[in-house]
Amino acid sequence: MSGAVLIKTQSVGAVRGERVLFKALSLEVRSGETVLLRGANGSGKTTFLRQLAGLSEVASGAMTRVAAHHWLGHTNGLKAHETPRTHLKHWARVWGSNVEIDGVLERMQLKRPADVPCQMLSAGQKRRTALGRLLLVERPLWLLDEPFNALDTAGRDLLAGMIETHCAGGGAVIAALHGDAPLAASREVAL
Amino acid sequence: MKASPAPLSSAFRQALSEAWAGGSGLLLPLGFFAGTAMLIPFSLGSDAELLARIGPGVLWLALALASMVTLERVFQADLQDGALDLWIQSGDSISLIAASKTFAHWLISGLPLVILTPAIGYMLGVPMSEMLPAMLGYAMGGITFFLWGGVAAALAASVARAGLLIAVIALPFYVPAIIFGVRVAEEGLNGVGLPFLGASMLFALGVAPPAMGAALRLAAE
Amino acid sequence: MWSFLANPHRFMGFSRLAVPICFAIGALLIGWSLYNGLMVVPPDEAQGGDLMRAMFTHVPSAWLCMGLYAGLAAASFVWFVWRHELADVAARAIAPIGAGYTALCFVTGAIWGQKGWGQGWHNLILGDSRLMSVLVLFFLFLGYIALRAAMETRQKAAKAGAILAMVGLINVPIIKVSVDLWETTTIHQPSSVIRIGGAPEGAEAEEGQGMNPMYLQQLLWGFGGHGLLASALIFMLMRAEIYSQRSDRLLAARLEES
Repeated sequence: MSGAVLIKTQSVGAVRGERVLFKALSLEVRSGETVLLRGANGSGKTTFLRQLAGLSEVASGAMTRVAAHHWLGHTNGLKAHETPRTHLKHWARVWGSNVEIDGVLERMQLKRPADVPCQMLSAGQKRRTALGRLLLVERPLWLLDEPFNALDTAGRDLLAGMIETHCAGGGAVIAALHGDAPLAASREVAL
Repeated sequence: MKASPAPLSSAFRQALSEAWAGGSGLLLPLGFFAGTAMLIPFSLGSDAELLARIGPGVLWLALALASMVTLERVFQADLQDGALDLWIQSGDSISLIAASKTFAHWLISGLPLVILTPAIGYMLGVPMSEMLPAMLGYAMGGITFFLWGGVAAALAASVARAGLLIAVIALPFYVPAIIFGVRVAEEGLNGVGLPFLGASMLFALGVAPPAMGAALRLAAE
Repeated sequence: MWSFLANPHRFMGFSRLAVPICFAIGALLIGWSLYNGLMVVPPDEAQGGDLMRAMFTHVPSAWLCMGLYAGLAAASFVWFVWRHELADVAARAIAPIGAGYTALCFVTGAIWGQKGWGQGWHNLILGDSRLMSVLVLFFLFLGYIALRAAMETRQKAAKAGAILAMVGLINVPIIKVSVDLWETTTIHQPSSVIRIGGAPEGAEAEEGQGMNPMYLQQLLWGFGGHGLLASALIFMLMRAEIYSQRSDRLLAARLEES
């Protein structure tokens, strides 16, 4: 492994109520890596990912974030009234990105429903809209929670391709996944 | 924490269009407000003098109740659709984002109530010379209500059917604004009520946003 | 002393002894002040005759409930900043006791005021900012309890409660000022019992005269007794919470094994 360290955890733990989800989880992710978090329901995959993203508090241990990250949770972050175009425009504005929205829509195969409110889109189209956020600004680390959910075969190939390109370009991906993964992981972490 | 204007105005615009597209955003509080006001003469009798005297105060009560009708959805929607996760990681101050969302919410659901007050005041027979200064009070008090209500809504964002919980949490915080506001309605702009109301609004502006921010971080956890 | 007690094990050891002791001394003091207050001291006709004897419960509980709210906020602050688990256990335990004392204060105040100002007790509530402030305080406690009860996990309840209690405490002076201002448009003299930073002792004596020293004595005994009783109750609730956490932990461990 040669790339620079993007994020590092040292014996991180999490509790829910009185239940210990996991403890002493140490992970170091370098650029170019694709790390999959595997584990049964309730093992704390999502919690760990949220800790990595800074959304959930770390009960014990230490976390060093070096690089900026993109977040894709199991919810898409879309508003019912937004269209894919307005949604991407909105976050491009918030993040100060000048990327051309049409290009992103094209890449995510959202040209046709680009101006349809999200409440009328299919689950896969919404997921692709949310994935389009990853292309708005260049951030080295992608944190993805069940990213392949709701995607059809074409969508899965699309995302797998995106991840491959991202990692080849010096980025890294940490994804929580259950079931089979349509992408080549450089490492799997069992929770 | 950077505080550039683009994220804030984006949050503001998103909240505006969300409330607007929600449909009920504008009409629900208005309908509730007008409906409550309609019940006043029925519950207190048709004594015109009494109604004219207590009208401004009763409008304060209706305003406080109406401000709570839509609070439940302000932050809960963001939590459920995942937008809150994105806001927290946007690198901008979540307190300021919450404040600008609250302000947008007040514009959609609070300001129309203020504009409606002269009509209801007229219906109750309150002299217009009293209603106009009172309107300034309603506007300032409304912002204060929405800020404290916003804190309660943020704290209860992860709770299902939080409407009553939000009311129980927020009502004690409404006390000062109501008292000062009624003074404004009684004394007009020259009394002691207006500076006190202004001060309590500024205080809410200072304290409520950080509390909303902390509560929203908690809700996202 | 506080850092010594911050360890739950030491707290359990300490409270095992403290609860019965606080209970016993508290009951003695309350009994003594009530006996004197109800049987021995002469009634003050200007203050409502025999009804003013409610004062010997009313005033100590008024002093206490403000202190309990401040304690709730202080414990919340300690938890929020240092994440001291015991501080949250304390905050959780203070809330129902505080709500109880605000209710007690309100009810005894209403009984006392029934004759006190000769106007029937609904007028008293409408006319006395002290009682109204206590009522608002009651709702602050109630909101805190309701919020904690609605939260999913203990950690979330702790954090949400802490935020609310701290925001509540900094609002208390403003509520106080506003209720005082509200009162000047109605009846009655400026309030004093829970005025922040005020000197509460002399306040019950109206027309600026010093209070009958016998009254003051009973008030102080009562205050000490209720303070100890409240401490005992809070310690008991804290012990119950610690036991409940331990049992949850055992349950979680059992779940892990299976």
